[in-house]
Amino acid sequence: MTGPVVDLFTWINSRTGLNFSVFTDTYDGERFITGLITTVELSVLSMVLSVLLGLAGLWMLGAGGFWRALARGYVQLFRNTPPLVQLSFFYFALGGVLPTLTDSRGAQVPAVSGFGWAVLSFSLFAGAFNVEIFRSGVEAVPSAMIEAADSLGYTRLQLYRHVLVPLGLRICLPSLTNNMVNLVKTTTLAYAIGVPELLYAAAQIWSEVMNVREMMDLLLVVYIVLVALLVWLMERWERALRVPGYTP
Amino acid sequence: MTARPLAVLLPPRPEPTAPRLLAQTWLLAALVLALCAGTAWAQAVAQQTGRPGALAIMLRWAPLITSGFLLNVMVSVLAMALGTLLGLPLGLSLIARTRPLRLLGWGMTQFFRNVPWLVLLFYIMFLLPFELHLGGLVLPVPAWFKAVIGLALPVSANVAEIVRGGMQSIPEPQWSAADSLAFTRWQTISRIILPQALRRMLPPWMNLYAILTMATTLISVIGIQDGLTLTRAAIAAESRPELMVPMYIFLLLLFFAYCYPIARLTLALERRVQVRI
Repeated sequence: MTGPVVDLFTWINSRTGLNFSVFTDTYDGERFITGLITTVELSVLSMVLSVLLGLAGLWMLGAGGFWRALARGYVQLFRNTPPLVQLSFFYFALGGVLPTLTDSRGAQVPAVSGFGWAVLSFSLFAGAFNVEIFRSGVEAVPSAMIEAADSLGYTRLQLYRHVLVPLGLRICLPSLTNNMVNLVKTTTLAYAIGVPELLYAAAQIWSEVMNVREMMDLLLVVYIVLVALLVWLMERWERALRVPGYTP
Repeated sequence: MTARPLAVLLPPRPEPTAPRLLAQTWLLAALVLALCAGTAWAQAVAQQTGRPGALAIMLRWAPLITSGFLLNVMVSVLAMALGTLLGLPLGLSLIARTRPLRLLGWGMTQFFRNVPWLVLLFYIMFLLPFELHLGGLVLPVPAWFKAVIGLALPVSANVAEIVRGGMQSIPEPQWSAADSLAFTRWQTISRIILPQALRRMLPPWMNLYAILTMATTLISVIGIQDGLTLTRAAIAAESRPELMVPMYIFLLLLFFAYCYPIARLTLALERRVQVRI
């Protein structure tokens, strides 16, 4: 591994003793990058699923009766219990109960991998918040809009698709951004079930190379950059979605 | 002919909603049912294999798990207290008139809000020494104390945002009126703005507390014997996979029983504050 970056960090190491092995050692670098990719995959998958869950919950809240109670129960249950315990419950308890599958080489593998449980658990956790966020957005849509749609003979699906969701989404986008940032931060919990995401990779490196301080600093910077990137994207989206001249 | 109001002039009727109690009773029932079902299933497995009943084992471990949960509660209370103490001046710095102070406050708030709690917790765990030397005195720094500090930092940043939001929600004329009565800036903040803002800050503050309580399970990852660690220990000690589901549900139930009332209270307070504005 050569190049200006390697030279820079080798120089830093020789002058200050700070060992950023991620930039100077190929193996550590690859592990770190793999961890970063896993974190991004975990975040993006959970984001998409949680938004879908949020929309489904919104639909159920509007349906009334049993569905409404189910959606409410889901929201309250997942909002008021620790995400780490949820993850442990899914991975250890449910994962332990599920039957194992046999892979092509005849080895016993769990039906759902740690990564899979992490995506499921984070989606359910963030999805519960999304239901509330979407609900608040939809409630802020002026009732005249709904009445207008009603009088035009819109079905409920059409009402949601063409009126409530487009307008409500614009209103609740800042809250959604907040929740998505939270979700990215929550992905560190996957460390606890051994999913090789960023924190896990970093912990592996610092326990071998003994550069805890440097890896910690790097981790903080990487997460700040990840979150800043997400916020930047969401704000761009918010601007792109803005309806000129319309204030709800 | 009796006078009847025209149908058109009737006040709009609110959409009928299900009784408020329904959802939560239903939910609690479902949880308890799940716990019972899990225990019953484990009991059935136990009977087949002729080992002691699951119910007896659950009862045996419940006090230990609950004591671990109480540690979570204690850490959450301490971290909240420390975080609020740090967050109040931080929040005030966000509306400071001197630019460097404002920038410093903004940077700190953004940093601590946007970094994962677990990473911060690891950082504090490794960074702080395990004992302090004060002159000839050696003070041990217990792990739970470090955890309190590690959790208090992100809490303080969130409290700072709550303080800023609360103070900015007070209408501008309040500031002008205080100015015209020759209050100093500090007097305006401490005697006029903060007392009014405190009421509005309470609901989000309580919300933050509930979030913090749930985040305290993170301390199990860094090796503190909290509710989650003890639940795992109990499961490991019994080495009975069928006990996992009821054990975890028991822990979930503990947290739910603690956090859900807080969430309800927050909602009720929010409504009250809203009406008064």
